[in-house]
Order: sequence, then C-alpha cells, then structure tokens
Amino acid sequence: MAVSRLFGASVKRREDPRLITGHGAYTDDMKLPGMAYLAILRSPYGHARIKRIDTSKAQQHPGVLAVYTGADLAGKLNPIPCAWLIPDSDLKTPPYPALASDTVRFTGDGVAMVVASSPYIARDALDLIEVDYEPLPVVTTQEQAAAPGAPQLHESAPGNLAFNWKFAGGDVDAAFRDAEVTVKQRFVQQRLIPNAMEPRGAVAQWTPGADEVTLWNTTQNPHIARFLLSVVAGIPENKIRVVARDVGGGFGSKIPFYAGEALTVFAARELGVPVKWIEDRRENYLATIHGRDQITDVELAAKRDGTITGLRVNALSNMGAYLSTAAPGVPTWLFALIVPGCYTIPAYSCDVKGYFTNTTPTDAYRGAGRPEASFLMERMVDLLAGELHMDPVEVRRKNFIPADAFPYTTVTTLTYDSGNYQQTLDKALEMVDYQGLRQQQQQMRQQGKYLGIGISSYVEVCGLAPSPAAGAMGFQGGLWEPATVRVLATGKVIVLTGTSPHGQGEETTFAQLVGEDLGVPVEDVDVIHGDTGAIPMGWGTYGSRSTAVGGTAIKKATIKVLEKAKKLAAHLLEAAPEDIVADHGRFYVQGSPAKSVTIQDIALQANLGWNLPKDMTPGLEESHFHDPTNFTYPFGTHICVVEVDADTGEVKIRRYVAVDDVGVVINPMIVDGQVHGGVAQGIGQALYEHAIYDEGGNLVTGSMLDYAVPNATQIPNIETARTETPCPHNLTGVKGVGETGTIASSQAVVNAVVDALSPLGIKHIDMPLTPERVWKTIQAAKASPTGAN
Amino acid sequence: MRQTIKLKVNGVERQDDVEPRMLLVHYLRDRLNLTGTHVGCDTGQCGACTVLLNGEAVKSCMVLAVQANGAEVSTVESLARGTEYHPVQQAFWDMHGLQCGFCTPGMMMAAVGLLKRNPNPTDDEIREQLEGNLCRCTGYQNIVAAVRSAAEKMQSTPAAAPVTAGASGE
Ligand code: FES
Ligand code: FES
Repeated sequence: MAVSRLFGASVKRREDPRLITGHGAYTDDMKLPGMAYLAILRSPYGHARIKRIDTSKAQQHPGVLAVYTGADLAGKLNPIPCAWLIPDSDLKTPPYPALASDTVRFTGDGVAMVVASSPYIARDALDLIEVDYEPLPVVTTQEQAAAPGAPQLHESAPGNLAFNWKFAGGDVDAAFRDAEVTVKQRFVQQRLIPNAMEPRGAVAQWTPGADEVTLWNTTQNPHIARFLLSVVAGIPENKIRVVARDVGGGFGSKIPFYAGEALTVFAARELGVPVKWIEDRRENYLATIHGRDQITDVELAAKRDGTITGLRVNALSNMGAYLSTAAPGVPTWLFALIVPGCYTIPAYSCDVKGYFTNTTPTDAYRGAGRPEASFLMERMVDLLAGELHMDPVEVRRKNFIPADAFPYTTVTTLTYDSGNYQQTLDKALEMVDYQGLRQQQQQMRQQGKYLGIGISSYVEVCGLAPSPAAGAMGFQGGLWEPATVRVLATGKVIVLTGTSPHGQGEETTFAQLVGEDLGVPVEDVDVIHGDTGAIPMGWGTYGSRSTAVGGTAIKKATIKVLEKAKKLAAHLLEAAPEDIVADHGRFYVQGSPAKSVTIQDIALQANLGWNLPKDMTPGLEESHFHDPTNFTYPFGTHICVVEVDADTGEVKIRRYVAVDDVGVVINPMIVDGQVHGGVAQGIGQALYEHAIYDEGGNLVTGSMLDYAVPNATQIPNIETARTETPCPHNLTGVKGVGETGTIASSQAVVNAVVDALSPLGIKHIDMPLTPERVWKTIQAAKASPTGAN
Repeated sequence: MRQTIKLKVNGVERQDDVEPRMLLVHYLRDRLNLTGTHVGCDTGQCGACTVLLNGEAVKSCMVLAVQANGAEVSTVESLARGTEYHPVQQAFWDMHGLQCGFCTPGMMMAAVGLLKRNPNPTDDEIREQLEGNLCRCTGYQNIVAAVRSAAEKMQSTPAAAPVTAGASGE
C-alpha cells in the first residue's frame, strides 16, 4: 500500500489474521502447568441473611483444593471499591465485599468459592455447599426503593439513596413562568445486559518468593485493574502485571474491577498454584454489570414558534445492590451535561437520584449516560413538534447551535469544540428523500398503513480526558494517555499504547498513524497494548477515547522520533537539520532529493550508535504523555424509516440512514464498522432488549433465550455517510466513533414508530417496542377517544 | 467411568479417555488445545462454539465428546491451508466481518456449513441461516457481506475453496 495514503485509507485490519485462524489469545485460552479452576457460589436470593454456611462436604470432594467463604477473606481481601466519587451529592459507598458474609443483596451475589483440579469438579463441589438463608424483603426498582418504608439495603444509605446530584444553569423557573407552551413526558430507559460475546474471566499466577502476581483478565483497562487490585488485595502495584491481549468485546462491562478477578488472585496467592476463573453466561447475566435503568421526568418550555427556552429533568437511577467502579458518574456527569444536545437551550436543570436495589449493579454500557441524554432530548423535540403541529425537522433547525457559533459553551458549561449540525441533518434528509417520504406517508395513511420517519440529531461528549476535568468530577483516576514509538535497528516499529482496544481495530489505525508519518509500511508497525508489564501507564479504552487521546499521544511521540531522525539524517548527509526534509520515509536536503537516507538507514545508525552527533543519545525511541485540553464532540443525524403493522404491533425498519461527523477519519472501513455495531445495539434497546426482575429479585431474563440479543435477521443494513468537521484541539482532528451509533439510534427508531402511529393519538411508547407493547398501545389508543397517552 | 473415544479432528486421528459428560467444545479446547473454538454461553444459544461435525455445522457445546466418537470434526484451525486462507476467512478479513473476533470462528464455521448446503444464498437466506450465531460487535452487516463475497468467489473458482481437513472424508 502506498505509504502516502495510509491515513484515511480502509487498510485491512492487522489484528485479523490471528483472529480468523483461531489464534487469538483470549483469557480463557490461557493454560498454565498445574492450573486449578475456581467457581463461585452465587446467591439464589435477591435479599437474604446468611445464617449458616457449611462447606465440609465440598471440602472433602475429590479434586477440591480449597473452599472459601467471606469469613476467609477477612484481612486478606478488601471490599471492591467504587472509583467515581461524585462530589457534592452526599454519595454513600457501602462496602462491596468480594464474598458476602452476612447478607446477600442481589441474586448472583457471591457467597463462597471452590478451587478444584478441573472446572467440572469445581462446579460439582458448589452443589455440595450448604447455605441457610433467611430471606429478606426485596426491592428491585428505584421507585420501590425510594418509597417510604421500603426495605433497606445498607445501613449507611438511609432510604436506599446512594446519591442526589444536581445541576442548574440559567433561570429555569423564569423559562417555565414565561413559556408559551410546555411539554411533559416520563421516559423509562429500561435495564440492559451488555452481552459481550466473551464472558468475563481471569487467570492468576502467583510467584512465591517474588510475591508477584500476573493476572490475565478480560478488561478494557489493565492499568486501572492493576491499581484497584493493589488496593483490594494489598499487593504493591509494582508487583502486579495485568495482561489483556485479546478481549472479546466489552461495551463498558469490562471497565469495572470485579470480585471475580480479586478472588482469583486471592486463591492463587493462598494456594500457590495458577488459578483460572471463567464465568458462564448465566453468571455473566447475574454478576457482570447491567446498563441504563433510569426513569426521567422531563419538562420542556418553548415559544409557539418552536424555540426551546427551558428544560427540567428529574432522574431516578437504579444503581443495583452496590456501586460498581464507575457507576455514580454515568447517570450524573456523563448523562446530565450533554442533555441539551445540539440546541441553544438557555435554562436547564437536572436532579439525579441514585438508588440501591436488590439487583445486579449497573455501570457504563456503550454510550453510558449519553444514549439516555440524547434519547430524552430527541423525544422531547418530537413531542414539541407534535404539540405545535410543526415538522420535527423545523424544530431542530430552529434550535440548532449555528455552525458559526463554535466553539460553543453550553448552559452546562461544556465547550463544544466544533460542529455543523445543519449539514448532517440536510445530508440525512436528502439520503432518505424526506419530502418524498412524507408524501408516501400520507398516501399510505389513506390506505390504513403506518409509515413513520424518526429523526435523531445528536451530539455526544467523548474522547474522555482531560485529567483535571476527571478530578473535578470525582473520577479517581486520570484520563491522559502515554505512548512510546520505538524504531528497531531493522526499521521495524513497535508502538506502545495505554489504551486497550478489544475489537475497535487500533492495532491497525495506530499503525496507519505511525506508518504515515514515519513513511514505513503499515505491516512494519506493531501496536502493543493490554500489558502493564510492557506499557508504562494507561487509562484504557472506553468513552470513545482511544484514538482521540491515545492516538494523539502516539502522533506526538512519532513527531519526536521524526525530529531526532532528521537530526541524524543531517549528520549522515553532512547538512544542517533545518534543511532536511522528511518525505515518506526518505530524508534529504531541501531541493536535492537524489541524495537521501531512509528511515531504515537512520534507525540502524541510531541503534548501532557508532556515528552519532555529539549531543545525541543512542536509540530511536520517544515517548509522550498526552492530556488533551478538552473533550471531543462528535455529532450527526440518523433517520429511521419504519412500517408498523397495526394488527400485530410489529415494527419493520425499512431504512436506516446514519450521517455522522466524527472528525477526521483514519480508517473509513473501521469507522463504518463501529457505526454498524453501535446502531445495532441502539436498535436492540429500542426494539428487543430488556432485563427484567420478578418481585422476588430473580432475573427473569437470565439467559440468552429470555434476553433478546439481536440476531442477524433483526438488524437491517445501515446506510452510512459522513461529514468531516475536524476536532480543533488535537493534532489529527479525530473525535471518536465507538459510541456514536448507540447514542444516536434508539430514539431514531422510537421517534419513527411514534410518528407512524401519531394518527392514533399515540405520543410515546417506552422501550423495548416489542410487538406486544406496540399492539397494546394501539388497542388502548383506539379504545380511548383522546388517544393513548 | 471414563469412556474411550476415537475420532478424527482436523484430519488427525485421536484416541482419548473422557468423562461421559464432557462437552465436545471442552474436549477440543482443554484436551486438544484447539482454543480457536470459543465458549460464549455453553447452552446452545450463541453459536461461538460452532464446528463441523461430519461436515455439518453444529454447536459443539450441545454435543458430548462421547457422541463424537467415530466422527470427523473440523474446527477453525483447519480452515486455512498454510498461509492460504479459506475463502470464508479471506472474505471476513476483506469485508471487516469481525471486530473483537470472539464470535468469528463459530460464525465462519457456520458460514462454511451454510455454503455447503446453499452455495449461492441471498442476503436474507444468509441472515436466516446465521440466526443461531450471535455477534455483539458488527451489527451483522459486514458478516453478511463477507459470506456473500465468499459465496461468489467459491462459485467462480470452486477450486479456490480448500476442502477443510476434517470434512475431507465425505
Ligand atoms: S457456546 Fe455453544 S452455543 Fe454458545
Ligand atoms: S466480532 Fe465481537 S462478537 Fe462478533
């Protein structure tokens, strides 16, 4: 491939050959001599007191090495910490023990564990552990948890209130006092199960004497896992190596540090043998975090011409039984600040209460707070349009932040870096032939058919950084990224990144970045990630931050390498460094390209060190630690066209168009892939997925049979297009694309279905829009003279 | 209580003593170190463990190792001939049909099985026949494109399709 065109080219992925031949290195593929297998006994009750645990039979079972309960962890394993301590919110962080010793608080809470010579034996022995439970009353929803007299989960959190976080900007009361029109709606963001196809797991190897541990872990952020493991297990951070070579998807569910990996390390240290723990899918559903689960009451104030003047949001979030690693930040900062979206809203307030319930803890799931935000904003815009009998397109145009207003500081004090919202909307409208569709809709309505057009214009905040912002928000970590670019003697290149891709393709995009600048083929650049033993530091892959933050660090390190290379080239060519031109891997004196040295020549000389300029150190390797000055703000417009069968309630997506602006694009093929997958998850939420608990706290949707992960027949083709508005505050102009699809899509589908059914007076249906739910709403609407809602 | 099984895996004869309850997928992964076949659920719902059993795509978590006695099994490791990829592998690479890669071996084996039954499927047929293989990353679009592209290639140059080792006995 011509090196001059690496940046911006759909280079095929460098990670694929090992993955398509079955030679990936996922955690469960790790096998060590003498390895033992850990299995965790999980509570069958949503809430219960543990009266007695008898492990004697399990202990005696042949092949069992050890059985441990919560009592055995005392003094050896600290509770699992919450690492996003949102300030000024009266946050309560009751301890989250790796194994419960007196009370279980959700179905799936760990109670005991077995280590055995085979995974089959470990599971057999779990059945031999006797536990007497005294069931306690259960609360599973945030509204139940908030009710007076509700059963209490934690003594330290009266009323089950985990936090109450507030934001206000502008004069909200005045906006509502002076409003010409107001619109109110309650939205339920149902609970979802992330469903990375690879279940979570860990392999731990303890080296006695050295007192070191290596932990292979299904994590999106190995350095954070190292840090939290040191806190939980009391192992010095320098004695821990965390490795996450191939990880089979995460979507946020592999950000948190969990009991499972802590217990694996504990067992390896106690027993002095390598220990493997791999959850099965049932455990994954019970004990890996869930996402969303937020109820919002929203009020919008506007003028009759469609100008939005104020917005008020009251949110109730279900945090589950304990606060997972990043959980408090998701329904507060990541949600609330971006609610006003693409619009110039002068007054806005948001009150978020998080409640403990007897359910699996919730935390970041793809988009994390931002899908909830864009859903409610885009639904409210459509509701306002309906109220005013305006075209939803016109309401959007009227309120968009104008293209010449960037950088734009919102009422929530975010500074949107760059944007042109009108442009993506226009492009999407053109792609679907909006006017033609509206006409078709009229014709179909006359035939009693329901065609709907759903628009979603979104902006999201990602590229998570800068670190001072993280600190101000109470995130107990930084959000900068390091990078090292190392050119070996043979001219081959190794890049170290602290981000930890697990499907996003950065082994390729980062190689493109470096290959482009150094002028070496992409095949010559290897990107090393997911190993704290090799990589100095890193904050991981989430929040669509890898390319914007980690990529920029790499870019800056590459520039330093080039500077040194130029100096050495000048020395070799007997010229002045300022006269040297670097031209796709060749270095020559300006104006005389005939006499040149290559990057490979330079790499060899630098690594040999035989003949260097006086002040030059040997080697050709540079590092850079990069902390951006702002977040990035991708945006776009998605349009979904649906047909609803009023007799069955079935929703058929006829077209789905995604016009995104994610800044400059390094690899269009990979960017399209991210959009496809993101939209599929948003459509999944809109139409199919819902994690449901019964009154006793049992997860009713406890398997892939009951929880509808969309299959190949349920996701349409996505038509993608882009505009390109560079990020002004990083060197490459990239913004991030990992979450846009999910953030943009659910409301496009729901807006389309509601639009289709608007002749029946239907104004809102909560997700998932299953045939049953849609059908019932239609029936209710037909039965009621004023419509369903 | 162990039982002896004899089978051919990726063209190699194997004889092993296994517990009667051992799943084929665990036999492949844990005994034979063929870790390309993945476990996403172990209850037959995700398809990550799909292999060819006597030439037909099956979920190897739904088959006991003892049930594979006398059978021929092909896993993802047998698809390529040296550095020459099977058209399905090549197409998954060319069309960006994978992201995290965890569903991919099962998805490709299901696709190989599908193309044996139906060498020239429509997009809808591809989607229907891959219904039992879940992917959380790709939204399926590029998987469908990859299977279609592999089908086209295998149609135009049938010789381009290496016969997978374990299925060669048919
Ligand atoms: S692991 Fe066999 S179908 Fe999921
Ligand atoms: S590529 Fe990740 S699950 Fe399919």
